[in-house]
Amino acid sequence: MDTFTGYERANGSVGVRNHVAIIPTVSCVNGVAGLIAKEAPLGVPLFHGHGCGRAGRDLELHVRTLTNLGKHPNVGAVLVVGLGCEVIKAEHLSSAIAESGKPVEYLEVQAEGGSLKTAAKGLELLNGLIASVGKEKRTEVGMDRLIMGLECGGSDAFSGVTANPSVGVVADWLVEEGGTVILTENTEMIGTSHILERRACSPEVAAEIKSMIYAAEQRTRDILGQYASLVIAPGNMDGGMSSIQEKSLGCIAKGGSSAIKQVIDYAGVPSEKGLVLMDAPGYDTESMAGLAASGAQVILFTTGQGNPIGFPIVPVIKIASTSRLYRSMEDDIDIDAGVVLEGKSLADVADDIKSLLVRVLNGEHSSAERNEQSGITCLYVTNPSF
Amino acid sequence: MEPKVLVIDEKDNVAVALEDIPAGSEISLPDGRRFDAVSHIPYSHKVALVALSAGDTVVKYGEGIGCAADDIEVGELVHTHNLKPTEGT
Repeated sequence: MDTFTGYERANGSVGVRNHVAIIPTVSCVNGVAGLIAKEAPLGVPLFHGHGCGRAGRDLELHVRTLTNLGKHPNVGAVLVVGLGCEVIKAEHLSSAIAESGKPVEYLEVQAEGGSLKTAAKGLELLNGLIASVGKEKRTEVGMDRLIMGLECGGSDAFSGVTANPSVGVVADWLVEEGGTVILTENTEMIGTSHILERRACSPEVAAEIKSMIYAAEQRTRDILGQYASLVIAPGNMDGGMSSIQEKSLGCIAKGGSSAIKQVIDYAGVPSEKGLVLMDAPGYDTESMAGLAASGAQVILFTTGQGNPIGFPIVPVIKIASTSRLYRSMEDDIDIDAGVVLEGKSLADVADDIKSLLVRVLNGEHSSAERNEQSGITCLYVTNPSF
Repeated sequence: MEPKVLVIDEKDNVAVALEDIPAGSEISLPDGRRFDAVSHIPYSHKVALVALSAGDTVVKYGEGIGCAADDIEVGELVHTHNLKPTEGT
């Protein structure tokens, strides 16, 4: 069995990074979280645009996402920064995250007397948390402890020929090793429902796949109206794509060929091992936030046109579909799968990805980490705010 | 000689062009099969590996991506002009 080294957490998960996350409860205190992070580079802020002005389904979705980001195995400790009057309360978020057994502190700007006082006290709390996680050491564990998220962004005609099938070989290998793979981006599954349903491990899972993809197609039609055909009709695709099935098959190739064990909600944590589908949109940054909140310790991200984005607490490995892209954005890309077009086998490219994956799990920085491409955390929404 | 086309799955009856392939130029597959392109196959488009009759399933990634709208010759371009979506999917 292949292994990697990571930080074993109190709840049984294994982190491949040992970050101290600074989580604002609401967008209004992003600036305060930024002041704290500026003074303590080991603190990792998860800036986001939400935390208030919502109720019902989106509120539940955002609480789940922020809680699960706090519980993430790559996070050793958490500082929650609140405002005071927001809907998602710092105290509640902190206690939900603390259920994972990791150290969590919180404070609120209105109670502390403003941004500067909060930043000063927050820095003290953060330094205490950093000192506590600094004592943790990596141990060797099996690949069955890994959850790997899959993403494609800025696809081209060769994404489905080189990068995605190579990642599919890696996905099949991880499932064989007893690990978990999360395939998402339901808009990229339109047209392949019958194929994915056939791979479901039970009729119940097949029904969930069908309903998720049907909803994604309806939503795409509702949102795009007369332009929906650009996404879901055959004939409007450049680069030789002749049908929606062909386009989507190229996308789902990332998931390999194993049985589908479960369908999870956006930011839900899988209870099954093996291949799992997450109900999240194709928009890269929102689906990556969902993958991270689901506990994925690493994300493989294929790209045809090039995309530098990473994620604050999760190493993201970039795989280019062509050597032309690899050469033009070399700083942002980790693996050139375009060599398949020169005759290298998918299995050989998959071996390259696996060997880099293990090095990154063990601590080597991916390009997105090296280039500090964390960006902000984009949370999925289903309704407007009030 | 570098391969001009890539067969993704052994069940596939089309291959992907890795370069612009002019009509008349020879295409050889790793398994030794050889045939000529009967139409221009643009970069990243598909070429038929076997003769298909109207209604036959076009297979890529080992799965159906549609069916032949007309009879398709070995070496012919397969795209929206001669491939229609499979009903009911």
